[in-house]
Amino acid sequence: MTEVPEHLLKRAAERRAALSGEKGGDGGGEAPPPDQPGGGEPAQEPAGGGGGPAPARAATATATATAQVTAGAGAAAPVGPAGHTQRLLTVVKAGSIQDVKATPVDKVHVWPHLLVGEFVASLAMTAFLLVFSAFVNAPLLGTANPNLTPNPSKAPWYFLGLQELLTMFHPMVAGVTIPGMGIFGLMFAGYIDKNPSHKPEDRKFAIALFTLFMMFWATLVIVGSFFRGEGFNFIFPWRQGVHEIFDL
Amino acid sequence: MARRIGAGRGQLLQERLRRFQELPQRIQGSQVWTSIFRPGSIFRKGYTDSPRNRSYVIMNSVLYHLHPVKVKRHAVKVSYTLCLGGLSFFLFIILTVTGIFLMFFYRPTSAQAWNDIKTLQTSVTFGLLVRNMHRWAAHLMVLSVFLHMARVFYHGAYKPPREFNWVIGVILLTLTLLLSFTGYLLPWDQLALWAVTVGTNMMGYTPVFGQQVRFALLGGVEIGTETLLRWYVLHVLMLPFVIVIFMAIHFWRVRKDGGVSGPL
Repeated sequence: MTEVPEHLLKRAAERRAALSGEKGGDGGGEAPPPDQPGGGEPAQEPAGGGGGPAPARAATATATATAQVTAGAGAAAPVGPAGHTQRLLTVVKAGSIQDVKATPVDKVHVWPHLLVGEFVASLAMTAFLLVFSAFVNAPLLGTANPNLTPNPSKAPWYFLGLQELLTMFHPMVAGVTIPGMGIFGLMFAGYIDKNPSHKPEDRKFAIALFTLFMMFWATLVIVGSFFRGEGFNFIFPWRQGVHEIFDL
Repeated sequence: MARRIGAGRGQLLQERLRRFQELPQRIQGSQVWTSIFRPGSIFRKGYTDSPRNRSYVIMNSVLYHLHPVKVKRHAVKVSYTLCLGGLSFFLFIILTVTGIFLMFFYRPTSAQAWNDIKTLQTSVTFGLLVRNMHRWAAHLMVLSVFLHMARVFYHGAYKPPREFNWVIGVILLTLTLLLSFTGYLLPWDQLALWAVTVGTNMMGYTPVFGQQVRFALLGGVEIGTETLLRWYVLHVLMLPFVIVIFMAIHFWRVRKDGGVSGPL
């Protein structure tokens, strides 16, 4: 924030005092600079001859707008109490109209540096997906039969962590409370975590907690996917194979 | 005489050659061309590699909605972002394209759904391939969105000023799971029916309104042909519509919050 120079503040105060004094006085004698856009006080055209005052505006380096008014024919010269022909209209702070960068940032052009990378990544992904899909078919079991429950019945893999929790907790806890807390805890991470640092060495607790959270889910999903056989009982996949118990 | 005809023919050929060589200029000066490409577009004035033209490529194309002209140098490093957010978005595009293809051959009723998928796989050109791509891309998208979230967390990019965009991101993760889950039912095979049965039974345990929500989503107390229609509409129309809105906010905020976070 820029400090307003002392002499300008003083001059503005004087001018304001002078103006209010004039208003309290005869009323018709006030002669502020006319046609001043953004000027605080209501401006009145001085009743005079044909050639009105010609205002010329100039902005000084200290961001004060000065209004120099040359008196026209017969019009009273709008001069301040100490003979000033300018007044302080506004002070524009440095940060409000232009962003002053304290530290220059090392930047590169999006074209070609970013776009080429994105293009290559999308091509690689397309190629992988095409080749993988050419060799591995999506599962299509027999047509849906509500009277024939497969054993085991499993949710999609990303919900198998929840299904695994079902074996340990009441359904409301496993299916609603824990995942709900997980989602909302995650959502408000940015408001809960007050540590401003981005450096891993300053964030040991947050990183440990999040890693634990991710490992917890990964373990549950893996156990639910591969270690649960008939009746959702614990099995070892290398003894029975995963064909019967897991499908994508 | 013959020589004179030959000379005339030569002139004619030269004239035609000249007009042919002027063709690119005439096309690029035409109203159609200039109405398509903005002033400053490289398709109007050609491209030679210069900093100014590198800026023009972005500024005068629709990509300007997605990318600024310049980004921080570390943000383009593959090792920093692992492309995970971008790849999630790209997988969404692949899923949209392959999904539209699948819609041409699929009717969401319990009598027809499974047969339509079977027919798609056996009788439609590239039907099996496109269905495979849709299925694997869906699983991959769930995975890549998860990994993207982990990447963002480990870089501390959920912290101010990005905390609101992180909230949007968690909503996007939830929507991705819902999109995948609603699509899971559509093949109407044993896998689909029972996976969704397990999933929706869990939902029924939500206190106060769990049973009502389950009833509304299934269109009854059990999964049937009404469920199929509802989940089809959710899967192909409503959830994509919602997720696109949230993605737009997400991408916009990435730029407004100062681009990719870091370096650490």
